[in-house]
Formats: sequence, structure tokens, C-alpha cells
Amino acid sequence: MKLLRGVSVTEPRSHPSLLQLRATFRSGMTIPEQFRMNQLQKLLSLVEENEQLIIDALHKDLHKPKFESVLSEIQITLNDLYFAIENLRTWMQPEYNIGKNLATRMDECFIRREPLGVVLIIGAWNYPLHLILLPLVAAIAAGNCVILKPSEICQATEQLLAELIPKYLSQDCYAVLCGGAEETKSLLKNRFDHIFYTGSQAVARSILLAAAPHLTPVTLELGGKSPCFIYGRIDIQKAARRLCWSKFFNTGQSCVAPDYVLCTVETRDALLPAIQETLLSFYGSDPGEGPDMGRIVTLRHWRRLVDMLRKSKGKVVIGGDSREEDKYIAPTVLVDVPEADSLMQEEIFGPILPILTIESLEEGIDYINRQEKPLALYVFSDESSVVSTVLNNTSSGGFCGNDGIVHMALPGLPFGGVGASGMGSYHGRWGFETFSHRRSCMNRSWLLEMVNVLRYPPYSEYNLGWLRWATTLKKGSWGGCTVM
Amino acid sequence: MEKQAVQRAKEAFVTGRSRPLEFRVQQLKSLLRMITDRQGEIATALKQDINRSQFDTSLFELIGLENEINLAVSKLAQWAAPRPVERSLLTISDEVYIQPEPLGVVLIIGAWNYPWALTLQPLVGAIAAGNAAVIKPSELSEYSASLLKSLLPRYLDQELYPVVCGGVSETQELLRQRFDHVFYTGNSTVGRLVMEAAARHLTPVTLELGGKSPCYIDKNVDLRVACRRITWGKFVNCGQTCIAPDYILCEPSIQNRLVEGIRQTLLEFYGPDPKSSPDYGRIINQRHFNRVMALLEGYTAAVGGQSDASQRYIAPTVVKDVPPHARLMQEEIFGPVLPIVTVSDVDDAIHFINEREKPLALYVFSSNKKVIKRMLAETTSGGVTVNDVMMQYTLSSLPFGGVGQSGMGRYHGKHTFDQLSHLRACLVKSLGMEGVNMARYPPQDPQKARRVRLAMRTPLVDFSRGTYVWAVSATVVAVGLLVALTVILLLAAGISCTCW
Repeated sequence: MKLLRGVSVTEPRSHPSLLQLRATFRSGMTIPEQFRMNQLQKLLSLVEENEQLIIDALHKDLHKPKFESVLSEIQITLNDLYFAIENLRTWMQPEYNIGKNLATRMDECFIRREPLGVVLIIGAWNYPLHLILLPLVAAIAAGNCVILKPSEICQATEQLLAELIPKYLSQDCYAVLCGGAEETKSLLKNRFDHIFYTGSQAVARSILLAAAPHLTPVTLELGGKSPCFIYGRIDIQKAARRLCWSKFFNTGQSCVAPDYVLCTVETRDALLPAIQETLLSFYGSDPGEGPDMGRIVTLRHWRRLVDMLRKSKGKVVIGGDSREEDKYIAPTVLVDVPEADSLMQEEIFGPILPILTIESLEEGIDYINRQEKPLALYVFSDESSVVSTVLNNTSSGGFCGNDGIVHMALPGLPFGGVGASGMGSYHGRWGFETFSHRRSCMNRSWLLEMVNVLRYPPYSEYNLGWLRWATTLKKGSWGGCTVM
Repeated sequence: MEKQAVQRAKEAFVTGRSRPLEFRVQQLKSLLRMITDRQGEIATALKQDINRSQFDTSLFELIGLENEINLAVSKLAQWAAPRPVERSLLTISDEVYIQPEPLGVVLIIGAWNYPWALTLQPLVGAIAAGNAAVIKPSELSEYSASLLKSLLPRYLDQELYPVVCGGVSETQELLRQRFDHVFYTGNSTVGRLVMEAAARHLTPVTLELGGKSPCYIDKNVDLRVACRRITWGKFVNCGQTCIAPDYILCEPSIQNRLVEGIRQTLLEFYGPDPKSSPDYGRIINQRHFNRVMALLEGYTAAVGGQSDASQRYIAPTVVKDVPPHARLMQEEIFGPVLPIVTVSDVDDAIHFINEREKPLALYVFSSNKKVIKRMLAETTSGGVTVNDVMMQYTLSSLPFGGVGQSGMGRYHGKHTFDQLSHLRACLVKSLGMEGVNMARYPPQDPQKARRVRLAMRTPLVDFSRGTYVWAVSATVVAVGLLVALTVILLLAAGISCTCW
């Protein structure tokens, strides 16, 4: 058995799964394109053949309506898989289109994509399937071995993954480890070649602190309060529909849900009846009765939200009711919410929408810039100047104009945060790059030693002059097509 | 003091003045002027710090910097422009692109071995990306640090790009502040501490560390040329280069010829007494001098071995038949000592390399394509140069950085710009085409669900300029061929045409 890349440094008390995966990685099993393609196909079968089981598990954990499960868990995973399968060969190719200077004209310069080794993917509870499977797709495509740690809060999904993954994928390369905070902490004492975490800022800090002694690179997909401007000339009906859809999807438990709205008093007054009408058309007069409204994930999270609502100084104008037995909170909208309100201290992550009124766009932008950089930022406006003013004067992980959430469904766009909302990105090719090492390679020819001679001691001004000329990257040589 | 510099930089960034492209270009050009105007002073400072010859200074520090600045100035508009992205048919009427944005305030911690290049190259990228930057040069290269502190404010915006000098406690104080990115070049021990400090603020880091960069020499290689290239790379800057070939792996049969070749080359380069050559450097300080000398304890040098503590001089030294467990093989040497470890063949060499931490660089000397291919495929490292050393660093279009213990993140050229930017995903939709959206709203039913699924599955289309040009040209050529074919067929059918 050939001993290939990877470090055989074994830490004492290494987790047995980790040891096994390291050995597999060292054997080179996950490297060939054929193997990666085969595993991706198997993962595709896993999702396609178990749709109903997945839908049932998600309903059990989150009371997720079937429609939401299909759209935001199953289909998004399938799409990413199709995309990866179709593009894997291209992604794996070394990149040759490198600009060269005279000194390197005869050399072969390229960038290889290599796997990192054994990576750890920690999932989240709000989209327990896709938030762990999309990174897995990228990690497999990049040729790594993977330890998956699904969220223990969604027990049905966790169990399903623990059962299905070993059934479809190679058990030598991919392991599912279940457990709570204690088990995760102890798992993090081990050394990984990359850690991919989706979740909260507090836990993210402890993950980074655990990764630092091992110098392990980390991708953090966090959250924050994603603001939503509704400003200027706008079709209020359409805006209200898209806003309500993105806010109340998954009961507001989306990292990119619009957290709060910023608009003028006039807009607010037009918005409220439009929201009212939309909610009626979506869920009927009692959202708690219909099949299309989800529930809060646990009692603890439900209590946090109800508490936040109770402490708020804002005025509830829509919804407001809640029910402990099934962790239900009605789609709720509040107005006259002050900046220092309980609802404005942390990410809401629930079906509660505060509306803050502003007198000008600048006031709103100023407010946003005083807070942490959010994961997403939204602007609803028919005026392109409004959209571009907000874009150019703020920062956020991603941005979507005139809709909510959907920007994360495009595999061509990198999905990730900035500042407190995270570091790194994934989806599509971006995920492949996240789990790969870009290795710069230069294969020098034996010829042109006379150019090389210029660099050897004993040094002289004359040689330096020529060398300077030879090592300048010529203008327009980006395409590799320079005439001397 | 450190806190105030950081605060001022933050306030200066918030004003927005580092963002306009004209400002960035103007600052970069000013930085270029500083380097060209003050070359003499920089060379003097380096001579005092590390006995660097003026030619090494130019070659290794300044030419590279000048190239980077010129590249940034000429390409900035392109780098900073929105980058289009593939769209699906559903988003065909939308704007979909990635917008590079500044991060905010970047902390750049420089190193002492190439104090100008390793401190200012990241600064070039930071400025180009529209950030403010706090620069902390290494205190070990003290003359360069104090020269930088006096020069930079005379050329660049003083509030946006302050220089903070000091030692361990000043660096620790800096690291307690919150930055938007920390860029550190140095060793992995401090690298860990930097990452830990940054972790508290959830700050992303770039760590350019080091390690033991192996150099494998195949037995059927032109040893003459190989020796010259390796000798140059190993002993430049007195071996104090993060990508210097740290040790050699070769078969026992060529070891003696190799040693002879290096001895010859050293004679050519530095003469019989390197101590008196103006082109040979010194160890940075007494502590590192002692450290390197301690590594040599118990070994007889095959070449060199002489030293002079008063000058911090260590002769270019080669040690043969070094056992894998020797002290020389436990840590990065970072000095003019070259151990040769013998291996039985390529397999053995690959095994040896893979048993150790991933290095910053890997070197392979071979004329056998199969050997080169195997080395590339079966090992990993930050970068590779085949049949030479260090050259992967010199091309700014190649991303430079480590992997595993040798570091994280990439820079040089556009890669620094990207590393110090936030690439913001942007989707701007119109409020039209609401008909398509209706299918996703509740209340839900199986038909709606099916329609949405179908819509989500549309393939992505590449709307980049390249593809557009290709598509148009291909269509034109196809039409042209069709017309030609029709004409030929008509002629063949004997139909005369009065048009010609």
C-alpha cells in the first residue's frame, strides 16, 4: 500500500474514526476523479431515494411543511450535486492560464487543486439537511475524507443521517459522529485539516480557539441581524409578498431571513395592510391551524422568542399570539420599535418582524453601519439609485435587491459572511475551492541557464539591470501572449 | 499608543477616503516613489540589520515590490470591478455579480528576514483593496523598522497607514484590538498566538509561516546546474529565507558528487573566504546564531563549518549522511547549514516527506517526467518548483502561501487584493416576473411544488464576455460555411448565376 500525502503525526487519544480516516486518506483512495464522482452519485441516490423519509424527519424536528423541505432542503442539495457532478472534471484540472515574465517564459507554470486531508463539518439545526450536505458535496468533490457532526437538536434528522450516510457512502472515508456540546468539544481537541462550522457566534469563537493551536483553517457560516430597506418608489404589494415569504419561511429560522425592516412612516403605513393581506393569502386567518406554517425548533428557543417579544417596547400590530404545547408563534409584526429594544439586541431567528422608521436613507445606512456586518442585506426599491446608494455605503456577506433569501440558491455566487457574520464561503465551485489547497507549481526548464546566471554572486550592477528587465511582468501579458 | 493608532485608522477608514480608486492609485504611486527615492537608505539599513548586499536588496526586496505596485496600479480598475457570474434562466433578467469590497482595518505584522518585501507587499494589496492598515515591522530588523517608521508617514496618508514599532508587548497590545483581518509572516509558534488572539474577535487571518522545505535530487540529473541553483537558493540571505531548500534528499551514490559540486559553486560565488565576500550575509542576531550553531553540535561539516560569533558569521556549511532523527532535522534551520539525508529511491523520499509536516515549499530536481509527476501527485506543500528553487515566489500570478503547519491564505499580485477584500455576492432582481414567483408562495399544493422544482433545476448559463465572443464567432463561421457549402452545391449542380 503506497504511503501518500498527509501527516502521519498521530496525536495521543485521537478519536478512532479520525485515525481510520487519516489512514484512508494517506492511502490515496479519495483522490481519483472516478472515486469522487462515484461517491457524489451515491449521495445523489441517498437524497433521491429517501425523499419521504427526509420530509418526515424534518416535519418531526421542525414541523417543516413538505413544500419547504422539498424546496429548501432536498432540491437545493440535489442542485448542488448536479452542479458538482457536471463540473467536477473542470474543477479538478490544473490551472495553466498564468501570466509569465521573460525569466519564466520557458517554464511550465500552473496551479494544482489538492485535497486538504480529513475535514470536520458541523451542521446546524435550522436546515439540518442542506447545511451539512452542501459542505459534504464540496468536501467529497475536493477529494477529502470527512467527519460529519449533525446538529443534535434535530434528533430525527440526525438519526436519519447517521443511518443513511454509512449505507450509501464509503465507510472508510466518511463518518457521522453524533453527540452534544461535550462530545463536540472533545472532538475539537483533535487536529483536522479544515473545520467547517455553521451556527452561532459564541460557539464559533470557541471553535476558532480550538483550531488555533493546530493552525487549522476554518470556515464559519454565522448570522446576524440582516436589515431590509423598503424605500422610495415601490410596488408595495409585491414587496410585501416577497418580504413575508422570506421572513416567515421556516418560521423565520433562516440565517439570511430579513431580520428587521427600515422604512419611512409613509411606507410603513402602506406596508402594514399589504403584509396583513399577504399573510391572509398565505396562511389563512389562523396560521396556527394550517399546514404551511412551521414551528419553533425547541421549547428553549420558543421561550427565548416569547421573552424577547414580551420585553419589547414596540407595538404589536399583527399577530403576537403564541402557544407553548406545539411551540407555535404567529407571524408577528411590531412598529415603533426603538433602537435599544430587546428585539434589536440579537438576531431574532423567529417569525417576529420589527419595523423601524427612518426619515432618510442616510439615517438608515448610518444605523446599519453602527451594527455588526450582517450576513445578508436587502433593499426593496424601484429606484436604482436607492439600491446602489445602499450597496456602495454598506457591507454584508451577500446582497439581494427586491427579493429575499434567493441569492443563496445560485451556485455561481459565493455564500458566506464577513466580520461577525462569518469567514469563508461555499456553494458550487466556491465550496470546492474552500476544501482544496491551491498549490502553485513551476516546472523550470534546464535551458535559459544564462538568464539564471544573472542572479548568482559575485553580484554586479550590470547583471542586476538585465535581471530587472527580465523579471518584470509585461503589461498585457495576463493572457500569456507577450511579444518581447 | 497602539490603541490610539488603531482607533485613528478605524476613524479614517469610516470617512471613506481610502475607497476611491484614484486615491488608492495615488497612494500606491507614492509608495513606489518612496522605494525608488530612498533605495540608498533602505540598502544601508539592511546592511546594518543583516549585512545584506545591495544587490540582494534590490533583487529580493525592491524589484519584487516595484513590480507588485506597478501591477496593482495598472490592473486596479479591473480587480475592483464587479465580477459577473453564471446565471440560470430564472435569473436571466437579473443582475448577478460579485462585488469586491474593502474589509476595513488590516493589521500587517512583518518579518525580519526580508523586512521590506514581507511588510510592504501585503500593504500594497491592502491599499489596493481600499483598506486602512496598521503596519508592525519586526523589531529584530531594527534599523529597517525605524527607517520605515520615519519614511512611510512622509509618503502615505498618516492616519490610514500608521507604523507601530515595538517588541513583544506592543505586538500583544495590538493583537488585543479588533481588526478586520490580520496578516502575519513569521514562525508557527507566534502564528498560533496570532490566530488565537484574532479568534476572540472572529477576525480572519493570513499566516505565512515556514517549515522544512525538502529538496529531492534524482540521481540522473545534471548535477552541475542543479548545484548552482540549489547553492544560490540556500545561501542567499545567509539561509534565512522561508522558502530556502532546508535539506536535501538524494541517493547515496550521488552524495559525494553533490557535495563537491556545492563546494565548487561556493568558491565561484563567494571566493575562498566567504567572510570577506561583500555578497555573503550574516545571522540576524546572537540568539539565532547560537540556535543554528547548536544544531551543528556533534556533526562534522563536509563543507564549511567555520564561524565567528563576534560577527554572527557562519560559513556556508554542508553536512553529509544526516540521520532523520538528528536535531538538524527537527526544526526549520533558517541558516546557512545544508544537511543531506540519503534515501534509497523516490518511494523512500516520498515516504520521508509525507511523514513530516506539510512544508511551505517542495523542490524536485529530475529530468525524468515520471519522477516529477509522482512527486507532485503523491506529496503536498504550499508551492513547488521543479529543477530550481524559490522561483515559484517570483511570479505574482502564482498564489503564494502555505498549507497545514506552513500557513493559511494566499497572496502576491491579484491574490493579495482578493485576500484582503470581501467578495460580496450580489443579486439585484426586478419586481417584474412576479408570475414565476407566485408558485413559491403558500398555500401550497403538489402542482405548485412541481413547478417550483422544475424552475429551480434550470441549468446555469455562462454570460461572460469570452463565451459571448465565442458564441458570436462560432455562429458567424457556421453561417459562412453554410453559405459556402450552398454555393459549392449549386455550382456542382451546374446552375449558373448571373450575379458574377
